[in-house]
Parts: sequence; C-alpha cells; structure tokens
Amino acid sequence: MSILINKNSEVIVQGITGRDGSFHAQQMIEYGTNIVGGVTPGKGGQTILDRPVFNSVAEAVDATGADVSVMYVPAKFAKAAIIDAAQSTISLLVVITEGIPTLDVLEGYEALQAKGIRMIGPNCPGLITPGASKVGIMPGSIHAPGRVGVVSRSGTLTYEIVKALTDAGIGQSTCIGIGGDPVIGSKFIDILTLFEEDAETDAVVMVGEIGGQDEVKAAEFFQSHMSKPVIGFLAGLTAPPGRRMGHAGAIVGGEDDTADAKRARLEAAGIPVAPIISEVTPLVKQALGG
Amino acid sequence: MKIHEYQAKELFQAYGIPAPGGEVATTPEEAVAAAERIGLPVVLKAQVHVGGRGKAGGVKVVTAASEVAPTAEAILGLTIKDLPVRKLLVTPASTIEKEVYLSILLDREVRKVAFIGCAVGGVDIETTAKETPEQILRLDMSAADLQNPPRDRLHAFAQDLFPDPGQADQTVEIMAKMARLFTEKDCSLIEINPLILDGDGQVVALDAKVLLDDNALFRHPDIDALRDMDSEDGDELDAKAQGLSFIRLDGTIGCMVNGAGLAMATMDTIKHFGGSPANFLDVGGSSDPRKVVAAFNLILKDPNVKVILINIFGGITRCDDIAQGILDALEQRDVPVPIVVRLIGTNEEEGRRLLEGTQLTPAETLEQGATIATKLAATGGTK
Repeated sequence: MSILINKNSEVIVQGITGRDGSFHAQQMIEYGTNIVGGVTPGKGGQTILDRPVFNSVAEAVDATGADVSVMYVPAKFAKAAIIDAAQSTISLLVVITEGIPTLDVLEGYEALQAKGIRMIGPNCPGLITPGASKVGIMPGSIHAPGRVGVVSRSGTLTYEIVKALTDAGIGQSTCIGIGGDPVIGSKFIDILTLFEEDAETDAVVMVGEIGGQDEVKAAEFFQSHMSKPVIGFLAGLTAPPGRRMGHAGAIVGGEDDTADAKRARLEAAGIPVAPIISEVTPLVKQALGG
Repeated sequence: MKIHEYQAKELFQAYGIPAPGGEVATTPEEAVAAAERIGLPVVLKAQVHVGGRGKAGGVKVVTAASEVAPTAEAILGLTIKDLPVRKLLVTPASTIEKEVYLSILLDREVRKVAFIGCAVGGVDIETTAKETPEQILRLDMSAADLQNPPRDRLHAFAQDLFPDPGQADQTVEIMAKMARLFTEKDCSLIEINPLILDGDGQVVALDAKVLLDDNALFRHPDIDALRDMDSEDGDELDAKAQGLSFIRLDGTIGCMVNGAGLAMATMDTIKHFGGSPANFLDVGGSSDPRKVVAAFNLILKDPNVKVILINIFGGITRCDDIAQGILDALEQRDVPVPIVVRLIGTNEEEGRRLLEGTQLTPAETLEQGATIATKLAATGGTK
C-alpha cells in the first residue's frame, strides 16, 4: 500500500504535447506509471508517445477511465486547465506548474473543492510511490520501496533526503512534494492524515521551510492525532527576514514563521528536527527502533 | 511587489476609492511649491518600502509656511530601516473625527481572501490580532464573491466599523471598489490604516498600502512599471531577468544551487559548519550553461567572496550542462577564488568527466562541500 497513487493509478497528462509535458510523460512511462492519455485543448485526436490526446480532461476520463491528472501547463493557461480538470471525475490533480498567479490558484482550488477533487501543488515536484507509480518530475532512481513516508515543500532538497534514506537502506512508501507556493491544495496536515491511516507507512519525514504556519499546524496535529513518529527538517535557518527565498511562499513575515521558531514548536511537540541532512537518517532509524 | 503610498493612492483614485490628493517632492523646494498649491496645513510623508514611518519621524504635519522647507529637508535626510528617503508625499492635512482599520488580503492559511477590520484605527494590526483578537473583524470572500461582492454581508461588516448608516454605506462602496482593485490588479494586500471620517462627514483613506502578486506581473505591465528601482538591489533584478533567483548576504562563501529549498539548506549547512554564505542563488529548474556563467558573474561582483560552493542535485537540471557552464565561465572570465563542486543526479558521470583536469575541488556530499568551503574561506581562499 501507499497513499494517493499506486500501480493501478491511471494517469493522464495535461499539457502532454508541450516540451515539459512530453518529456516528463516519457520519463513517467519509463518508470512504469500507467499513463493512459493526455490533454491539450485543440489537439484532440492526435497521438503522442502512443497515447491518445484529448481536448478536455472530461473527454479523456470518459475514454480512458483515468483517476489522476498531472499538469505541466504554462502558468498563463493554468487556471483554465485546473478548471477543466474540475469538470471531470478524477480524484487527484497534481499541478507541477510554477509561477501561477495566486488568485488563479485560489479560483481553481475552489472549483476542485466543490467537486471533491484533491489538489497537490502547484509549484511542486509531484509524488511517487517507489516501484509502482511516479506522477511528477523527480528522478525515479533515487527512490526505493519501503515504509517511510516523505512530505516536503521543496524539490531538490527532498531528493537529497530521499537519497540519504535509500543509501541507508530505508525505503519509502510514498514521497510527496506539496509545493512552495503560498496557496497550495494539500498541506502538511492533509498528507500526515493519509500517512497516519496508511497501514504500510511506519514513520514520516517532514521537510519544511520558512514562511507560513503549516509546520506549526502540523506539529499541533502530530501531538493530538498521530501515533506514528515524524522526523523534521527545516530549510532557511539563515534566511534574512522579509526576503522571498526563491519559493513564493518562502518568506519570513514575522517572528513565528522563522525556521528557528518552527524548530522550537516541532521539538516541543515531540518531532525531532535534524540540523543537517545526514542527521535525518539516524533519527529515522532511531524512531523505527533500530 | 511593493509600491509606494503615492502610487497606491493613484490606484485608489483610478478605482474611485476616496483618498486625499497630493504631490510627490524629491527636494525641499519642490515640497514648498507643492505645499503652496495644496494650501496649509499639509502632511509630509516619507515614501519608503517599510512600516513604522511615523515612529521613525517620517510623517510630519506642517502648519506654518516657514516650516515646510526645514521639515522636508529633515525627512529627506532620514534613513528608515536601512532605506534612504528619496521621495516625499505632500498631502492636505485632514480633520479626523474617527479612524478605523480596513484591509483586504490573501490569507494563505485558510486559502481565502478576507476583509479585515478593526474599529480602532492607526493600530499595528498584527499586535492587535495577538493581544485583543476579539477586536478584529473578518469577512471571508470566495473567488465568486470577489467578482460580485455580496452587498448585505459587506454592509453588516461596515456597520461594525461605522454604525452611522450613511457612513456605513460609504464604507460598503469603498469595500466593493477594493475588491475590484484586488482582483483586477492581482493584489495580495490592500491596507487602509487609517480609514477616517473627516470633518465633512466623508469616509476617506488617509493612508494606502498595496502589495502585488509577483506571479501575476506578467499580465500587468502597468504595475511592473511602478517598481522603484532605487529601492531594489540592481543585481537581484539582473538575476531575475536571467532566470536566476538571487539574494545578496554578507558572508564569504558564494553559493550556486539548483532549487530554492536546497539553496536554503546549503546556506544553513555552511553556517552549521562555521562558515557564512555570501548569497542565496537558485539557478532554477532548467540547465542552460549560460545561466551558470551569469551566476558566476553575480557571485564574483562581491569582493567578500573567498570561495564558491556549487551544489547541484540533478533532476530536470543535468549535471553535464552545469559542468559545461562552469567550463564556459572559467574560459570567459577570471575566477580569482577556489571553487568547490558537488554534482549528483542526472548525468553526474558526464559532468564529472567534463571537469576532470580542472583546478576545481570536488566534494561527494553537501556536508563535505560545506566543510571544505568553510576551511578555504577561513584561510583567505587563495587558490
């Protein structure tokens, strides 16, 4: 088992005829993801990578039975693409696109909410259930199947931590990048809830950063709702206040969204926080009782 | 993106939100001329991108003509939180019968846009929210509400700020216009602190603060043009134009990393081992060797840089492209400091092969790279 995606997930790619979309569709197929088709408005009827292209997500779902969509549509067209997905019966939309105007994300998110469709991202690397399905842009080779969940606001930093886990012989149940934007579809709490319920996840690594209160909320949730251990890592201890550190959401606004303040809250709740990447793995081992 | 109060008030004017007019002055002489046209008393307000102007002496009421020039000179000589004051807003002084707080903002925590109000104006709203949260009024707006604000809910909210029916009606009009400005220009905050009732019974925005969504600037060239180049770091704008995300810091170890989270973690790791990062630099997801050359140029502008640490975890970014960029940079310019390189992920073998025979110091892990860079920086970074 795993969360959100598994080897039975049937996935369509929005923006499959674009440069990024086609490249990553190919990569996902090579990993073994069940890519059943793609969507590019106006290009319905074409074929790419031996998969059919449709004009809308609803059409694609009707024809293929897909339950997951992953989106590589440029920021300018992202709102229309999210709302297109909201007209369908998929259960999960993964938005990889970076730089979408926040009000567009908000409008798209409300449309998805109204239909009960979960959104991961935007501005995220996607998610992977190692050995089963990869829906995103992460290098598949650094992952290994196992029983530790990983949830993160970042991309390459997550790869570092996943590689350290894999190198130490610790496989992962599912790894999810929730995105670096201020408004995202799924927060730490939402994903921690799924990991807590998943019979095949024993522990979770949570990779946070400066800005916002999601890590603090996650710490409160951990204290009141979780029985599984969580290990933390926080980026941005040296970030100056008021400056946007790459991610649109990574900005220290006040005293309580610094990495230091978050570390204190996590540790007080019983989530050990690794100061450097190489200390994540020992903390995971310790939590797993080995 | 931040804009100045006078620019925010121009937006207010364009959207019909009542605010006292005024003129911008950059010298005491201009301030005197503006004050003569406007008529005394006037308020002189420093135009800088920081809060707390009033406390820092950046806002003064002037009642005597002879005081305009010296007051303007004093304010133009101020540096508020590291930012020199280069512009003043000269605006007519208003009679304040009552003042309240009103804003509309994006609340990332609840994923909604909300009006925030407080019947006490001129306050620090964050402090009020913490200490006396019961004083804070809140009205959530869905995306659909923003397109077509529900008047009855706006009215109930406005009445808590101004119980007088006429004044509440004026406030509802202001709120509807704020909602339109917020959506049409992609704002993340419009704050009026204070919103006042003046001597003529009019509800007026005495101050104006507007923040805009950087992600949406591509569809608002008019807003992008309001950017105050004097208040921004030229190198950081340069970096943005080249697809890099760059922030200058005050340490000695230049950093070049792919991905924002990893770039922050790289800085943190340097600090952990006793070094100090000279910058935050994310070369982004793609892997154009020209970006690497541009990154070298930005980092080496800083004379404090004693060593450069390159940390790449290849995914979309290919290690051989980064390696090629490093070779191009070494060919195109003098690099007077040692370079520590850690390449891993997509095409790392090809990347390492390209760098064989160069003077670069390889590292296996981020932590090893940070340790080596810290040592090199401590010994002066001689090659």
